[in-house]
Amino acid sequence: MSLWSRIVNVLRGDRLSREIEEEFQSHIDEAIEQGRDPAEARRAFGPALRLREESRDVRLIAWLDSLRADAIFGWRQLMKNKVISAAAVLSLALGIGACTGAFRLVDALLLRPLPVSEPEQLYALARQYIGAEGKPQTYDSWAYPSFRPMRDAVKGQAELMAISYSDRTDVAYGSDAEMEKAYRQYVSGWMFNSFGLRPAAGRLLTEGDDLKPGAHPYAVLSYDYWTSRFGRDPKVIGRTLRIGNDLYEIVGVGPERFTGTEPGTVIDIFIPTMMHPAVQIPDWTWMRTLARLKPGVALEPLRAKLDAISRAFEAERGKSFGGMSKQQIDEFLNQKLLLEPAAAGVSDLQNDYRTSLVALGVLVALVLLIACANVANLMTAQAASRAREMALRVSIGAGRWRLVQLVLVESAWLAFFAAAIGGVFAWWAAPAVVSMINPPHNPARLFLPADWRVLGFGLVLTVGVMLLFGLAPALRASAVKPVSALKGGEDPQSRRRLMHGLVAVQTAFCFLVLLVAGLFVATFERLSNRPIGFSPERVLTLETVTVSPQPPAFWDQVAEHLRTVPGVETVGLASSVLLGGWSWNNFISVNGAPPNGVLVYLLKASPGWAEAMRIPLIDGRDFLPDDTYPGAAIVNRTFAKAYFNGEDPVRKPFEVVFSGGKRLRFECVGLVGDVTYRDIRAPFLPQAYFPLHSIDAKGALQPIGQGTFIVRTSGANPVALASILRREVPRARSEFRVSNIRTQTEINQSQTVRERLLARLALFFGVVALLLAGVGLYGVLDYSVLQRRREIAIRMALGAQAGDVAQRVTADVFSMVLVGALAGLALGMGSVRYIAAILYQVKPTDPAMLALPSLTILAAALLSALPAIIRAVRIDPATVLRGE
Amino acid sequence: MPKPDSLQGSLDLLVLKILSRRPRLHGYAIMSAIQARSGEVLRVEEGSLYPALHRMEEAGWIRAEWVTKDNGRRARLYEVTAAGGKQLAAEESRWLAVTAAVNRVLRTV
Repeated sequence: MSLWSRIVNVLRGDRLSREIEEEFQSHIDEAIEQGRDPAEARRAFGPALRLREESRDVRLIAWLDSLRADAIFGWRQLMKNKVISAAAVLSLALGIGACTGAFRLVDALLLRPLPVSEPEQLYALARQYIGAEGKPQTYDSWAYPSFRPMRDAVKGQAELMAISYSDRTDVAYGSDAEMEKAYRQYVSGWMFNSFGLRPAAGRLLTEGDDLKPGAHPYAVLSYDYWTSRFGRDPKVIGRTLRIGNDLYEIVGVGPERFTGTEPGTVIDIFIPTMMHPAVQIPDWTWMRTLARLKPGVALEPLRAKLDAISRAFEAERGKSFGGMSKQQIDEFLNQKLLLEPAAAGVSDLQNDYRTSLVALGVLVALVLLIACANVANLMTAQAASRAREMALRVSIGAGRWRLVQLVLVESAWLAFFAAAIGGVFAWWAAPAVVSMINPPHNPARLFLPADWRVLGFGLVLTVGVMLLFGLAPALRASAVKPVSALKGGEDPQSRRRLMHGLVAVQTAFCFLVLLVAGLFVATFERLSNRPIGFSPERVLTLETVTVSPQPPAFWDQVAEHLRTVPGVETVGLASSVLLGGWSWNNFISVNGAPPNGVLVYLLKASPGWAEAMRIPLIDGRDFLPDDTYPGAAIVNRTFAKAYFNGEDPVRKPFEVVFSGGKRLRFECVGLVGDVTYRDIRAPFLPQAYFPLHSIDAKGALQPIGQGTFIVRTSGANPVALASILRREVPRARSEFRVSNIRTQTEINQSQTVRERLLARLALFFGVVALLLAGVGLYGVLDYSVLQRRREIAIRMALGAQAGDVAQRVTADVFSMVLVGALAGLALGMGSVRYIAAILYQVKPTDPAMLALPSLTILAAALLSALPAIIRAVRIDPATVLRGE
Repeated sequence: MPKPDSLQGSLDLLVLKILSRRPRLHGYAIMSAIQARSGEVLRVEEGSLYPALHRMEEAGWIRAEWVTKDNGRRARLYEVTAAGGKQLAAEESRWLAVTAAVNRVLRTV
């Protein structure tokens, strides 16, 4: 018979036994028929039971059969305590699911290689400089004119590619009225070829599409965009699309899995870099540079070569820096070029969320470990109550490994169900977290395939978890000594020591989780409540564009029209929104002195803008309609501190210094309060506001192509006015169109998306950790009271008071909790520095931050000890002692 | 593999030989045949016959079939397979070689 028949026989084990029995019986019947004495025939036959087992083992796979028997037995054990088993499965499932979900996120964002040929050969060029506080900082933005010589110099060793930061832009396929948003990326024409990509339709961009500035109006759509926007219509090839004033011809569609090189963003439209307006400007850094190394090229010599060329380019550029001292220019030039591995692509989302995701992963791993400790304690307690059963098994000949298997199979059931439920949880949770990453109108998009990487991780995790909580109880159970166990006098202390040790471990991990959760919540709280210097409530921002740049008077006309809309309180106009992530800065000079190296941050604003934003005017006046750029400026307090030693700068002049040495003269007409400019985490910056009306050297007013109307509404819900205002703008002047409407509150909140996400998730897992640790503590105490009830009864019979009993029952465990909390504290102090970068104005050493987890754990410990204490105190000595 | 000189080895040989002469016997008949043919010298431990039969069945040397007898009871009848025939030849020659060797030793010493 084959292996297969032996496997089948495992599944029909009972029938097999019956068949063998029947054959034995027919032998004995035959013997009796031949005239032998029935008793003699049976005796001559030998030990039927053992012979049957021997035959069985021949005809099936013995280990598989014992596994089957153990699986059934383990299942019955779990079914005996349905509630406890369900609790164990659920807590493990939450842990396994959260860990797998975190792995999916980390994998998709940080680890998974791009779907291009030989992704491990990809590197990103970055530059490192020594920042303000002496810490090294890196950035990866480049100007195209510096990219050109670098590419030429390393030809033959590596292919360099220019790839712009993606941006969400307005695209029209028909009339202006049907503008829509799409993610655009400028890429080197040879990128597709270098990545070894094939078009899904039409053709991809080539080197020939990327030669002369402005001469290649071609676009390639991503497969994802082609699918979602055009339903994979092949006729889209050859159509034109319009971005701003440029018309592009769609020449092809990229391959199915390629979504660009920025994990977190799915690019819709690829355009040759030569179409970028800044492709010839040496001061405008708008792109990343990726390098694809040829096989066998050494990294360091290549880096050094690129470094030298980059430095030479910047030194040449530095010559034109007006008014900067030699030392300042040298400091600026002292940057080291780095080649960073980019197999998984490069994106801002990676930088923003790397630490956060890893921290989150560690948190959920700790929660899983707490759950494991719980289940391990549960299994140990159960093993204790089954010591006699185990002893019996040993005395009738069960081997040690057989007992380990018996207990491990039970653990495997738990782990199996936990993994199944956890898988469902991870399947749901990972996309849910991604959808929380960015504001709803502009969500992060991360592909989260559930492939062998994720499945493999889940499998390894499940087996690891099973061994973690199952192996110690299994080994302990198998080490049972039949004589002492059957007498009922096994050393109970050793088992309790294991459980107490696990309590300490649980407390330590729980403390750490709570500490980190507290830090994240405090970060979010402090960031949300920090002074921002303006009032975002009831403010709508209308990002507005025009077909072609329009005279400033027309912009004023639109603003004037908006003021007449019912429900509108005030209207201002600015070049951009505050906290929109956008920045414009420069050096300035006071009294003709060289710039002091502190950057000033700039914004153009109309008369009434500061009032609409509720920014207090401290001295001087607001802009007047005939103020112009250059000419008048309003500055903030930090500006006065940075350049005027804190004196009132009103009516004093300063000059803005441009590269090339050009200077523009301004006079401070007003002093206003500080506001958060670009990043809500950053301190207040020195700021200057300029009028929107700018004049050229001849005094002629310059037309304006885009701006943001700031509308303060009188109603509490500004969103109600959004659609009306969107209609009113083109009604005032038909050249104008609103491209985006957001409330200022929404803009502010999108600054703290990461902090909110971390605070929410960490708080959730903090509560789960506390709950699990509490349940674990309750279980251990309850078990210990149960085990010691005879001792307690004797003590009470001898006159012990309730207080003594309570103390005796809890003292060991509470000292373990204390040890655990101290260990957690040490762990926290040691590890929190890794997340310091994502905290805001909180330190783990703050007394409040330490008090929170300490008090919470103390309260939870008391609460979970209460039932056991009550149970101990209520023991009736007479009943217990008589019962024994 | 059973060693050629062990009891197990000779039991296999005997069973295969009996079955090759008289196919379709049940366990009791095989046992009786061994006893009768050996002139009541060889006595098979009755119970041990069955694990041996099952093992040989597992090895593919013999196959078994349930039949219902006239009295309504079922019996399991065994017969030699092609592989069993080859095995018998091999075991027979091995047995002869071993016994010849033992005989040589007994004669010379």
